[in-house]
Amino acid sequence: MSAQTTISGPRAVLAVLRKDLRLELRSFELLPAMGLLALGTMIVLRFALDQETVEGDLAAGSLLVPLLFASLLGISRLFAGEERDAGIQQYLLSPAPAGALLAAKVLGLTAVLVALEIVLVPAFGLLLLGPELLPVLPELVLVLLLLDLTLATLGGIVAGIAIGARSRELIVPILVVPLAIPALIAAQQALAPVLEPGAEALAWRWPAVLAIYAVVLALVGSVVGEYLVED
Amino acid sequence: MTVRGLRPLSILSVVLVAVGFAMAFLYAPLDTDQGFRQKIFYLHVPIGIVALIGFVIGGIHGLRYLRGGGSEADLRSYVHIHQSQILAVSVLITGAIWGKTAWGAWWRWDEPFLVSFLIVFLLYCTYQPLRLSIDDPRRQARAASVFAVVAGAFVPINFAVVRMADAYLHPRTLSNAADGSMPTPVLVTFLTCLVAISVLYATLVRYEVLSKSTTFRLRALERRAGGDDLIPRRSAVPQA
Amino acid sequence: MRRLVSSTTKTTSTTTKTDAIPATDATPAILAKGLLAAHGRTPVLRDLSLRVESGATVALLGANGSGKTTLLALLAGLRSHHGGELSVLGHALPAERWALRGKVGVVSHQPLLYRDLTIRENLDYHARLHGLSADRTEAVIQEAELQDRADQPVGALSRGLTARASVARALLADPPLLLLDEPLANLDPVAAELVGALIAPRPGRTRVIASHDPAQALQESDGVIVLGPSATTRYVGPSDGMTAADVEALYR
Repeated sequence: MSAQTTISGPRAVLAVLRKDLRLELRSFELLPAMGLLALGTMIVLRFALDQETVEGDLAAGSLLVPLLFASLLGISRLFAGEERDAGIQQYLLSPAPAGALLAAKVLGLTAVLVALEIVLVPAFGLLLLGPELLPVLPELVLVLLLLDLTLATLGGIVAGIAIGARSRELIVPILVVPLAIPALIAAQQALAPVLEPGAEALAWRWPAVLAIYAVVLALVGSVVGEYLVED
Repeated sequence: MTVRGLRPLSILSVVLVAVGFAMAFLYAPLDTDQGFRQKIFYLHVPIGIVALIGFVIGGIHGLRYLRGGGSEADLRSYVHIHQSQILAVSVLITGAIWGKTAWGAWWRWDEPFLVSFLIVFLLYCTYQPLRLSIDDPRRQARAASVFAVVAGAFVPINFAVVRMADAYLHPRTLSNAADGSMPTPVLVTFLTCLVAISVLYATLVRYEVLSKSTTFRLRALERRAGGDDLIPRRSAVPQA
Repeated sequence: MRRLVSSTTKTTSTTTKTDAIPATDATPAILAKGLLAAHGRTPVLRDLSLRVESGATVALLGANGSGKTTLLALLAGLRSHHGGELSVLGHALPAERWALRGKVGVVSHQPLLYRDLTIRENLDYHARLHGLSADRTEAVIQEAELQDRADQPVGALSRGLTARASVARALLADPPLLLLDEPLANLDPVAAELVGALIAPRPGRTRVIASHDPAQALQESDGVIVLGPSATTRYVGPSDGMTAADVEALYR
């Protein structure tokens, strides 16, 4: 009787991504909230720094801090849908590998961060950035993509750690912020010269640092991921 | 874990720390720039190095727990992180004292060693709240072990990145004594202090592991004698 | 008649009636020895031993809070026990939990469906996780007679329809072990008959059915597990000769 089927990791990841995309498109609550928080933080920074336009170091910071805050929202909500409808139990009743659930969450969060930046970066160029945005767009996109992957990977791990915690909304931000500091240092160092009025060339060592951190986190996540999902 | 070996280890750590301090004050030469104030270097840097290694060992024990190492591995992970966090506070305090006496400021952002420690300290501050917020003992041990592994990997990366950023922002002019070009008496004293702090650390870890596991065994016996609940009460401490 | 359900121990002091271990060669569907489980700091199951042969139906009875749901979660591999031994479908838990995945169908109080997705989307998700084709999803929708409601979000369905969708999900991969927590609780007679047929005994299908209706449970089962208060096990053994009154007397 019952044909015992097995399912590969990538197929399980795709199944979860598809389901999460459906859920997010139907409720459409996370992305707008992240966008509004990021935009609000930019406005706060405009007054906190008392600058009408920013460049260089200040520009990099004024882009990265709103992004970090918005990503905190996304990370806190990463398993919200699963908790509401016992999604982890649903998943664990299937033969799909346990680690694939976390991998799917990381990729989904990366996609959410990219979608957020599609709105946020033009807004930043329009509202705050002194120098022209378009000429430095390729460098900006590269650095932000690497940052998204890093934040999403560490966000996936942290959200996984906090699944069973009572005060999740307290634990997640205080775990994410210190872990994100090296990534933010690297992104800031990479972007600051690019966002100067003269737009210096991108120093490749900083994107490399981001990539290395992302790879290390991904390796750690692949080792510990399955333990986070089970019981 | 037994008491055996603890007494000689304790005596050894006392002797080594005494020798290390004596060498720092009597044998090592006075620093030409900073004079007597520089002596805190023999405490500050070894403590820092031992704390870093302790955090990484905590991560290794966390991985052992995840790989089926049992609650003993979780307990060791907990104790290493606990002891290293105490050392991290000591690093921040000795660093601030050194900074105040040497440069007249309690805190300077161009000291990558100290800045890294601040970030690491901030991260490990969440370890206890994380444990406390998870009721189920097994789930708690699992989450804490994952934290220990991630944070253990984070520590060296954080140091490298902070140092890199500092090196490109402020090209270092003040040569730190730890830069490798140490005169022999300084190096010998430094290494002695490093060994002394390491042995002291190992002793304290063994004391805490022994104390905690004894307490648990005692509680388990009490529960059995009293016919009480089989599962220990909520706690942030690993249930061995 | 071969004993399909039995206790694996004769010494359990809390067990009022106990049966001998039957001599069978086949791997039992469920084998537990001295099982201990706790919720937080309170024990929920203590020293539970049982053996369920493949293809048998077991009624799981007991008052509210006696540990029925916990036992089902243990059998599904969703929770780990705190002591004793447990193997399900020949896989020792928790070490071989990965091998049990996908072989257990669970119908519990939670529908285990996403309420913002439609029935078809939910079943499609589970079919993908099980590596099953879309045809199987459609077949299950037909079997559960959900075709008219398949494109409505689960959150908008009545409790009876949600229960049917949940049964459809549990049967998607045609698992050899079904764990059913009051599968007919929210159903009208027509729907109950439909679901009853879907989850009916079949060769090679082992069923554990938690229930609050001893009379009906005894009628359709080969064996009974009666759980008492404060983590005690009152009875593990065959159901023949037992009456609902016997069972209810064991609740206390």
